[in-house]
Amino acid sequence: MPIAHEPAAPWAERVTIALSDIRLRENIARSTTRFAAQRLTALGELPDPAALRARGRAIRADAIARLPELHAELRQRIESRGGHVHLAADPAAVTGKVIEIARAHGARRIVKSKSMVSEEVALNPALAEAGIESLETDLGEYLIQLAGEMPAHIIAPALHKSRAESAELLGAPADTPAEALTALARERLRERFLQADIGITGGNFLVADTGGVVIVTNEGNDRMCTSLPRVHIAIVGVEKIIAHAADLPDMLKLLTRSATGQRISVYVSLIDGPRGPGETDGPEEFHLILLDNGRLRLRGTPHEEALYCIRCGACLNVCPVYRQIGGHAYGSVYPGPIGAVISPLLDPAGAYAMLPKASSLCGACWEACPVGIHLHDQLVALRQEGVRSAPWPQRLLFAGWATAWGSATTYTAFLRVGRVAQRLLPRHGEWLRAAPAILGGWTSTRDLPPIAARTFRERWAERRP
Amino acid sequence: MRAASLFVTCLVDLLRPEIGEATVRVLERQGVHVDFPEEQTCCGQAHFNAGYRAEAKALAEHFHNVFEGAEAIVAPSGSCVAMVKRHYPELLGERAASLAARCWELTGYLRHVVGVEDVGARLEGSAAYHGSCHLQRELGTGADPRAMLAHVRGLTVTEPADADQCCGFGGTFSMTMADVSTAMADAKLERVKATGAGILVGADAACLLHLEGRLRRQGCATCVMHIAQVLDHADRP
Repeated sequence: MPIAHEPAAPWAERVTIALSDIRLRENIARSTTRFAAQRLTALGELPDPAALRARGRAIRADAIARLPELHAELRQRIESRGGHVHLAADPAAVTGKVIEIARAHGARRIVKSKSMVSEEVALNPALAEAGIESLETDLGEYLIQLAGEMPAHIIAPALHKSRAESAELLGAPADTPAEALTALARERLRERFLQADIGITGGNFLVADTGGVVIVTNEGNDRMCTSLPRVHIAIVGVEKIIAHAADLPDMLKLLTRSATGQRISVYVSLIDGPRGPGETDGPEEFHLILLDNGRLRLRGTPHEEALYCIRCGACLNVCPVYRQIGGHAYGSVYPGPIGAVISPLLDPAGAYAMLPKASSLCGACWEACPVGIHLHDQLVALRQEGVRSAPWPQRLLFAGWATAWGSATTYTAFLRVGRVAQRLLPRHGEWLRAAPAILGGWTSTRDLPPIAARTFRERWAERRP
Repeated sequence: MRAASLFVTCLVDLLRPEIGEATVRVLERQGVHVDFPEEQTCCGQAHFNAGYRAEAKALAEHFHNVFEGAEAIVAPSGSCVAMVKRHYPELLGERAASLAARCWELTGYLRHVVGVEDVGARLEGSAAYHGSCHLQRELGTGADPRAMLAHVRGLTVTEPADADQCCGFGGTFSMTMADVSTAMADAKLERVKATGAGILVGADAACLLHLEGRLRRQGCATCVMHIAQVLDHADRP
């Protein structure tokens, strides 16, 4: 199972649950609206955001095109400083490697910085099963770990929780101010950082020419994870690489401004290996686990640009579907437009085949994407690849529809039949209140205009005899 | 004399013929000779977006045959024009390039080919303008309908909050994912109602039918108009 989670319920049920949760929808609307507005402000400060976006796309395209070469360079540099690099084909390879490292060190306690890849491979449940305690130290991740939930957003995992709900999870009174909640979490986590044997992080970028992992956070918890425990393990998707450290400023600008609207995140860490000779800090051992899990096979396909993604979450914030249903309804660790693209690509046999249909194709995702991924075109491409396995009545409907509308004669016959047939349907004033088949989806919530008594072409024919 | 072939779009032809008639009058008033190639049917966008590429290609072929000789193709829809301009080259290859270049959304044609922003329209009232997604993002011509509306005498035009958010139509999405589509419509209509405008105006019939269908189901009497109808409106003798 490439994405090591299964949706808890079928799509329709997940959507119904989300849409009927008014508080959830308010929380999502508030956070996404704020993120989206901050993003526009932050990008608006730049002299030429369109040029920066084009540069970001070019940097990512170049890296994906030269991936094997850049990986070799990255590996060589990290190993030359005594670090270890592992390529993991699938989730089991990641969890297996982490457990192996933990056992080698007799480690019992792990502290984690936020990582979507660790969610993708379901690291925490695997560690728990192996008898290893793993604690999330990003505040949002800590909250959802307490709640026993999946992240609801790529960069803001607990964005669906209000302050009162967060307080409840931390065992504090509902009206506790945000600062006090943060202080409370900080106090609890501090002790655990000091006790931990291993620190695990993700990575926002891999840099080939310096051989490093770049970690972007606002809470600094990543620094505790990478400097206090004896061992640091970074788990990063193979595609996150860029060729040159010199390109990092542009990529960071795009990432933080698109994600939260910050000019730069509070912390940016560049990790290039274990503690070196004569250095006073850093872990004794450093491991970088690169996760493939279906990514490498996308190179050279029409879906290659999905690998350009830098996981900023901007497409989620602007997506009108995400804004209504939130992250959990997608049933994947990756929700929103990018989730609807990569979930079925990474896990074609999984439960994500219908996610590409969960879009009105409005293009807001494409417009917001800092590296210009044509997300709505990707969704259409996935739909086109999926029709081969569509149910036959639907295939017949579309084939029949296209045939009938293939000439004005059959089109006109079609509309005449429709005009007679619609006499049987219940009305609500002029408009139809109910309709059969696929049109029933429309009339379940909206009145449907009937076929006009005289269509435009009929009126035109009368006007110009 | 300038000539344009009207691509009326299937939705306007079948469900809202008065939008097509208004389009013809607006163009003719500007001295454009309008013809209506009667073999036309549909651009195939619904098929394309639902994943039925072969079916969409067949309809694109038909469209190409019908409009191949047109001086200009004008449609009262940003979305159908975006289909021709963005996706026909992908479906039909090289020969679609010239077709795509001659295809215009109504207000874009008026503004950039005819060179007019004031068509002499008058409509007393206040309108909330709904900018449709494909016109705004895929064509990138959101300024055209706004410029045309700005010259309508007597009309105050406002933009609802979150104006760039989709109304939830999305083709067959509106039927196959009716609950999400409707939640999006409700979010949009809440913003529209908050403007206090008596008229909802847009440049794509599909979005408007979806929103009007929802308004009617809610029992709301907001007047919904296509921009062609607004531009056609006047207290003419």
